[in-house]
Amino acid sequence: MAGKKEVDTRFSKFGTVSFTAITKINDFIDYLEEGKVMATRCKDCGTVFFPPRADCYKCLDSNMDWTEVSGTGRLVTFSKLEYAPIGFGDDLPYAIAVLDYGDYKVFGRIAGNVPEEEIRIGMDMKTVVNELPNGQLNYVFQKA
Amino acid sequence: MAKVGIIGVGQSAFVRGYPGSIRELVFEGFKEAMADARISTKDIDASIVCSAPEYDKQRSPAGVFAEYLGLTPQPTFYLESLCSSSSTGIKTAYALVKSGLHDVVAVLGFQKMSEISSAESQERMGRGGDIQWESPFGTMMPAYYAMYARAYMEKYGATPEDLALIRVKASTYGQVNEKAVYRKAVTLEKFSDPESPMSGPVASPLRVGDCCANADGSSCVIVANEEKARAFSDKPVWIMGIGAASTAVNLAGRDLFTGLTVARRAGEEAYKMAGVSPGDIDVAEVHDCFTIAEMMAYENLGFAKPGEGKDLIRGKETYKEGSIPVNVDGGLLSKGHPIGATGGSQIRTIVLQLRGEAGDMQVKNPEVGLIHNIGGVGLYGNVTILGR
Repeated sequence: MAGKKEVDTRFSKFGTVSFTAITKINDFIDYLEEGKVMATRCKDCGTVFFPPRADCYKCLDSNMDWTEVSGTGRLVTFSKLEYAPIGFGDDLPYAIAVLDYGDYKVFGRIAGNVPEEEIRIGMDMKTVVNELPNGQLNYVFQKA
Repeated sequence: MAKVGIIGVGQSAFVRGYPGSIRELVFEGFKEAMADARISTKDIDASIVCSAPEYDKQRSPAGVFAEYLGLTPQPTFYLESLCSSSSTGIKTAYALVKSGLHDVVAVLGFQKMSEISSAESQERMGRGGDIQWESPFGTMMPAYYAMYARAYMEKYGATPEDLALIRVKASTYGQVNEKAVYRKAVTLEKFSDPESPMSGPVASPLRVGDCCANADGSSCVIVANEEKARAFSDKPVWIMGIGAASTAVNLAGRDLFTGLTVARRAGEEAYKMAGVSPGDIDVAEVHDCFTIAEMMAYENLGFAKPGEGKDLIRGKETYKEGSIPVNVDGGLLSKGHPIGATGGSQIRTIVLQLRGEAGDMQVKNPEVGLIHNIGGVGLYGNVTILGR
């Protein structure tokens, strides 16, 4: 008799509400727990992917390494939400944004402690791991 | 090369809380299109049903509708590309007819959004984004488009008032369109009046007045080959050009935040196929799910240079009497946006315009019209060009 197969649902810990539980890049969550936000890099062609992915569409292969999202990115755009979808109301108000790191971009939230009047398109920001009040993990953008 | 024509168009009124089931809702648009085409159900060789499935309780609605509308035993199937589903339906019908596989195809679009709450609807629409990497941050459609609005305003010096002018224009025509869900006037003052719901913040810089109205509705477009179109119709409208494109779903995978690459590409493809240029377009329907979306459409379709869309609306050039009338039926902003029905309704508006049957909304003697229909946050782009 085979025992019950362990299902790896680590990704269900990502964000206020996660809509995905099982993915081949579940180690992303372990890195978040270590305080690191990671991208993947194709070992064959060197392309860096964020969000991280298990498969390279250029090489049609799956030889990936992890690489840290480090340094600063430039704020491309943002929006502050006054109204939220179901399940996110307790987080209001919050701002979502895109940071440009040159080789890749990162979509995420701006840290709640950055006042809206200090947010400027073009400013340098860094991506840091953030624990949410409900124990879930995500990442947010802080002033560099 | 034989042409492909449109011989019948119809839509239900777009309403809040349609008092009937989805099959009854679809019947309304179908009935109007059939009366317009003056054909019987046996003349239709196949049907295509288009909607965004996240709102439907019915799995695979195509078979249910085919039976209800008397379109069995002919083939039927379902397809979707979010808010542009019925434009994708038109493209597919064109291919089916052009290939010779079928002579006459009915494209049925519908959405009954009112069975779920607005917040629930926002959550489901938000899941038209990237559910693995974006939705966990609490995204929704207005916020995604707001990010485009922010980048656009920053780069080109457009103001919240420029965006509001687009809503004011939409309401001008929503008031005279008996199919529109929002029939009231919206003035610029409403956007700065804290007492008005229009001024309420949603996702900065977009306010309530910048966002389209959810609605229940259905549309139907009947597509036919040239021989059947000439036999059935005194004034068929011809499909001259079709373009479509896709891009990265996650905003992190995009390079442009002041316009939609899918609209540019789909537009270029459609213009090339039709053999016309932006200056040849006499009337257009664009996907104004948010005011910023119409502003970007002006530029992505070549009606204005990048950054100059604001000058078109400031100069009222996109009003009925202007140089390029856009959304003179109230658009998604006032007419309403029942996801799967929207593209078909846009097609209907342009067909009526080209036939000179648009009543109070009629533009003077148009010969070529364009439909721009976007799915998701510029994830799918569809541009269709029609002519007399």
